[in-house]
Amino acid sequence: MSILETEGLKTYYFTSRGVVKAVDGVSFRLNVREILGIAGESGCGKSTIALSLMRLVPLPGQIVGGKILLHRENLLDKNEAELQKIRWSKISIVFQGSMSAFNPVLKIGDQISEAILAHTSLKKSDALKRVEELLALVGIDSSRAANYPHEFSGGMKQRSMIAMALALNPSVVIADEPTTGLDVIVQAQILKLLKNLQETLGLSMIVISHDLSLISEICDRCAVMYAGKIVEYADTMSIFKRPHHPYVQGLIKAFPSVRSSTDLISIPGSPPNLINPPIGCRFHTRCPFAGKICQEVEPTLTETEKEHYVACHLR
Amino acid sequence: MGALLRRQDYVRAVDTISFDVWEREIFGLIGESGCGKTTTARLMTRLIEPTSGKIYFKGTEISSLRRKELKKLRREIQMVFQDPYESLNPRMTIFSLVAEPLIVHGIAKNESEKKAMVNDALEDVELIPPEDFIYRYPHQLSGGQRQRVVIARSLILRPSFLVADEPVSMLDASIRAGILALLLKFRDKFNLTQLFITHDLAVTRQICTRIAVMYLGKIVESGQTNEVIDNSLHPYTKALISAVPVPDPTAERVKLLVKGEVASSVNPPTGCSFHPRCLFAKKVCREVEPTLAEIEKRHYVACHLLG
Repeated sequence: MSILETEGLKTYYFTSRGVVKAVDGVSFRLNVREILGIAGESGCGKSTIALSLMRLVPLPGQIVGGKILLHRENLLDKNEAELQKIRWSKISIVFQGSMSAFNPVLKIGDQISEAILAHTSLKKSDALKRVEELLALVGIDSSRAANYPHEFSGGMKQRSMIAMALALNPSVVIADEPTTGLDVIVQAQILKLLKNLQETLGLSMIVISHDLSLISEICDRCAVMYAGKIVEYADTMSIFKRPHHPYVQGLIKAFPSVRSSTDLISIPGSPPNLINPPIGCRFHTRCPFAGKICQEVEPTLTETEKEHYVACHLR
Repeated sequence: MGALLRRQDYVRAVDTISFDVWEREIFGLIGESGCGKTTTARLMTRLIEPTSGKIYFKGTEISSLRRKELKKLRREIQMVFQDPYESLNPRMTIFSLVAEPLIVHGIAKNESEKKAMVNDALEDVELIPPEDFIYRYPHQLSGGQRQRVVIARSLILRPSFLVADEPVSMLDASIRAGILALLLKFRDKFNLTQLFITHDLAVTRQICTRIAVMYLGKIVESGQTNEVIDNSLHPYTKALISAVPVPDPTAERVKLLVKGEVASSVNPPTGCSFHPRCLFAKKVCREVEPTLAEIEKRHYVACHLLG
């Protein structure tokens, strides 16, 4: 059953150099109690999707088309006052690099309770109690609520940010690059925490990452993006075992594994400029198999196997 | 006033390490942030001075070289930094960036020789044809292309030793593999010896012959790359490997073999500095500092639980 769905979502940035089509017609579905991964390299539009889902796209960005259905209600029809009631209580986000967003001169507990006080009618003392519960939930001793951010390690700050995202019991949580900038061991601890929270609290989660290994570790299904579009979308197992799209095949081959030494193969060229993306398939300029049709007609996402969607003319 | 009169503390960023890099090999130095790997890189290139200890390059002790000799050494030892966005002056063209070392060292005899050398350097890093790049500025290039410019600039002097500090960690996967292939090509084509510093074990497996794992300023394990990864002996190395995510959903998931987070290098733990996080620590680990010992052939480990 779906809890969050997008249909043909388009988010463009209207810059002085031209219109950057960061997200250009993206449709996906997040099912109840699953972790959906959105994978892609820098500039493919994955963070813009996260901001769009929260209706927090900064200017000069704008959502110009499509639908975002949360519990079957279109978020694009809501006004700011209605959105305020939805954000954090129904859908929340752990922003990329947010662990460095704590105010250095305020105690961690006060910063988390601020979010609670802004959205509920709880008294300050009750909010602080809730903060202690939340910290315990993410594996931090509740007495640490009185600490300042500099007394926390990177991993603890990230845990606190996750606690903040859970403050109002949302059913959908988006984690944008939740472990980027953290050391390997801390990264593994944070992933374990996210997976545990998702299971114990019954959350539906979207994890956004450039790191395919992270996606393969915790996601049930995943969508791979390239230049503002989803190019392949299926359960994680089939994407990694039977990737159909040449970009996804290339990306998997470019990823080293600590378990084996294979020759890494890079994808020639670099991602296109999203002001003037290539006509036809956006990957055709780097695709080893591209034919005439790829240069002319844009492929659509088609179901090639059960629940396995690919946007490629060659399939 | 109390704060101003505080006792001086020292960060032991790199604390008594010994290793040797063989000719024509890519030697990997692995560790998490703050373990001292970048400090080691800066010591090897003489960007900073060691408090004590010696560094030998081709048999010559280099940690006490004077300015003039140092300049000669700099032709031989070059460095590539992590961030290709910060290590290129945005106001210089690619040509002047790559040509700069030639000017500093007074190498090219005339303009046409300089131009030929820059062309060759750009071709070596596969920025082809060079004419398409020499008049451009860094902001007009992608991250991968910039890192190639950085490499061209450090290799134009034909150094025999390259220290690469996290050269691919800011690059996307599809680009990263190309840069790694380039480093391998330089090893084979120009006999370039390299010290490759990274936090990413999976990457070292693809390009390093031997690796050393650092923890809180010390080397805890070293040996052949495959040997260290597949048959790791130090509890920290095991923990590190257990934590690396694998890009394969069918891979068997291993339990994370570590607790807590890294201690401070101002006040490192007594005995083995990993003992507070080690699942197997004994009394001796808290008291005596272990030394690096050859546990298996050419496989060195600093751990009381072995040997």
